[in-house]
Amino acid sequence: MSEVLAELRGVTRTYRKGKTSVEVLHELDMQLPAGDFVAIMGPSGSGKTTLLNLLGGLDRPTHGTVNVGGAELSSMSNNQLSHWRSSHVGFVFQFYNLLPVLTAQKNVELPLLLTDFSGKERARRAAIALDIVGLADRAKHYPRELSGGEEQRVAIARAIVSDPTLLLCDEPTGDLDRETADEILKLLQILNREHGKTIVMVTHDPQAAGFANRTLHVDKGKLESRAAA
Amino acid sequence: MKFFGLIWKNAWRKKIRTSLTILSVFVAFLLFVLLNAIGHALTAGAPLAAAERLIVIDKITLINLLPVSYAQRIASTPGVDGVAHATWFGGYYQDQRNQFMQIPVQPDDYFGLYPELRMPPEQYEAWKRNRTGAVVGKALADTYGFKVGDRVPIRGTIWPKKDGSMLWEFDIESIFTTDDPRGNTAFMAFHYDYFDEARRFGQGLVGWYILRVAKGADPVEVANAIDTEFANSPNETETSTEAAFGQSFAKQFGNIALIITLILGAVFFTLLLVAGNTMSQSVRERIPELAVLKTVGFRDSTLLGIVLSESVLVMMIGGVLGIGFGWLAAQVIGQQIAAFTGGGVFLTPMALLVAVALMIGAGIAAGLFPALKAMRLSIVDALGRG
Repeated sequence: MSEVLAELRGVTRTYRKGKTSVEVLHELDMQLPAGDFVAIMGPSGSGKTTLLNLLGGLDRPTHGTVNVGGAELSSMSNNQLSHWRSSHVGFVFQFYNLLPVLTAQKNVELPLLLTDFSGKERARRAAIALDIVGLADRAKHYPRELSGGEEQRVAIARAIVSDPTLLLCDEPTGDLDRETADEILKLLQILNREHGKTIVMVTHDPQAAGFANRTLHVDKGKLESRAAA
Repeated sequence: MKFFGLIWKNAWRKKIRTSLTILSVFVAFLLFVLLNAIGHALTAGAPLAAAERLIVIDKITLINLLPVSYAQRIASTPGVDGVAHATWFGGYYQDQRNQFMQIPVQPDDYFGLYPELRMPPEQYEAWKRNRTGAVVGKALADTYGFKVGDRVPIRGTIWPKKDGSMLWEFDIESIFTTDDPRGNTAFMAFHYDYFDEARRFGQGLVGWYILRVAKGADPVEVANAIDTEFANSPNETETSTEAAFGQSFAKQFGNIALIITLILGAVFFTLLLVAGNTMSQSVRERIPELAVLKTVGFRDSTLLGIVLSESVLVMMIGGVLGIGFGWLAAQVIGQQIAAFTGGGVFLTPMALLVAVALMIGAGIAAGLFPALKAMRLSIVDALGRG
C-alpha cells in the first residue's frame, strides 16, 4: 500500500439548527492512500459532502483532526486554509459552477490568479489543462456555449490547473446523462491512473462508483468499507 | 491588476443594469460639476478680489445710486490711494438672452485700479479719444465674436437716452485680457461722461465706488472712515472688501452654497441607494460563484477588494463621463452667468479633487455591505444553494 495522503482521526462534525444540534459525522476515522480513487456513497444527509468538505479544508471538525499531505487542516486559520486549497486540492461540483462571464480558458485560469505567474504563463497552463480534458478547441467559448459534459470538463480543467495532489468531486455526474457521465468518469480514471491524482468522489450512482478503486459507505455519520465491484 | 479582467467582466455581467447605474452616476457628477461651476461663477468675485480694493455702495441697497461728488471726498479720506466708480448698465446684445455686464467708467480711474486687466496702449488711447468707444474683455469678445472696429448695438433695460431710445451703440476700440485664468474678462466698459450726458435721468449719479487702500493703511480703518464721512447724509454708505461685495452681490440669487450643497446632497444620497442596490443585487445573484472563488483559494480580503473595486469602477466610469460632459455644459451655461457676475467658469482643482474623492467614496460606500457579505460568505452554506 502506498503512503497515506489524508487521515481523519476521531472526526465529529456537529451543526446547529436553531436550538438543536445535529451530529453529521461521529468519531469518524479514515485513511486515504496517495493515488487512490475512492467513491463515497450513502443516503442523503449521511455526511458524504461534509466528509468531502473536511478533506478539502472547506469546513472544520467539531472534534478530531484532519491531516492532508502532512498539513493539519483543523488548526489552520481561514487565510492559511485558502492558501493551502489553492495549491493542494481541486474541486469538482455537480453544477460545474463556472463563471458565466468568463470564457472556458479564463475560468480555468482562475486559481492561477492567486499565483505569481505572468498572464502568458497562466494562459499556457490553462491551455494544457484544457488539452488534458479534451477541450483545447473550446477555450474561447463561454459556458453558455458549451454542453453540460463540456462544462464539467472545463470545471475539471480548473480543478487540475494548479496541479493539486487531491481532487474532490461532489456528484460530478449528477447532472449528466449516462453516456456523458461515463466520459467524465473515464476522464477522472485517466487523471487518477496517468496523472497520479488522488480522487475522492461523492456519488449516489453505483455505476459511477464502479469507476473508483474502492467504495466507502457513509451512514449515520460513520464509515464502512467494501471492495469495488 | 491581474484581477482587473475579472472585475471588469463582473461589472458588465448585466449590461443594461450596469449601464443604467452608470447613467445615474453620470447625471450625479454632471450636476456636481455644473452646480460647482455655476456656483463659482455666481460667487467668483472673491477669488479675483484684491485685498487692497474696497467697494463703497449705498448702505440700504446696491440698487440705490450714489452722487458722483462723493469721489472727491472718498479720495481725500486718509489711506485712500485711488478712486473709481462704475454703474450697472443692464443692457443686452441683439437678444434678451445675450445679457452681460456693461459698466460706464472713467477709463484712467477704473483701469488704474485694475492693473491686471491689460490692453495695447495705442488702443487704450484710441478708446479715450472716442466718446462712444468701448472696450470688451476677451471672454466676452470670444462669446459674441466682437472685434476691434465693430460697432455694437446694446439695448438698455434701465437707462433710456434723452430721445427715449433704449438703443446705445458703441465702437469697440480694444479687447482687454488678464494673466489670471480666473479673471473676469466677460464685461464691457464705456465712457461714463458719454453715458451721463446721453441718459435721460440720473445725471451725476453712479452705482458704486472702488478704491485702493494705500500701502500700510488699515482697510478696516479706511472703510470706517468713509462710512463715517457719509453718515447722516441722504446717501449713507457701506464700505466693504471686494470679496464681501462679490458675495453680497451673489446673495441676490440666494444662498448659492447652501442650495448647491442641498441639491448635491440629495443627488448623491439617491445615487448611493441606487448603486448600493445594484451591487447588493449583483452579489446576491452570484453567491455560488463567489463561493467557488473562495473554494479555489481566494482569500476573504481578496473577495472584499474585488467587490469593492467593481463598485468603484462603475462609479469611476460614470463619474469621469459626468465630469467631462459637465465641464462642457458648464462652459455653455456658466458663461451666461459669468457674463452677469464677472466670475470665471471653470472647475477648480479642489472641486476636481472632491469629485474624485466622491467617486471613490461613493463606490466604497455603495459596495461595502455587498462586499462584506461576499467576504463573510460561508462556502459550505453558499454551495448548498447552488
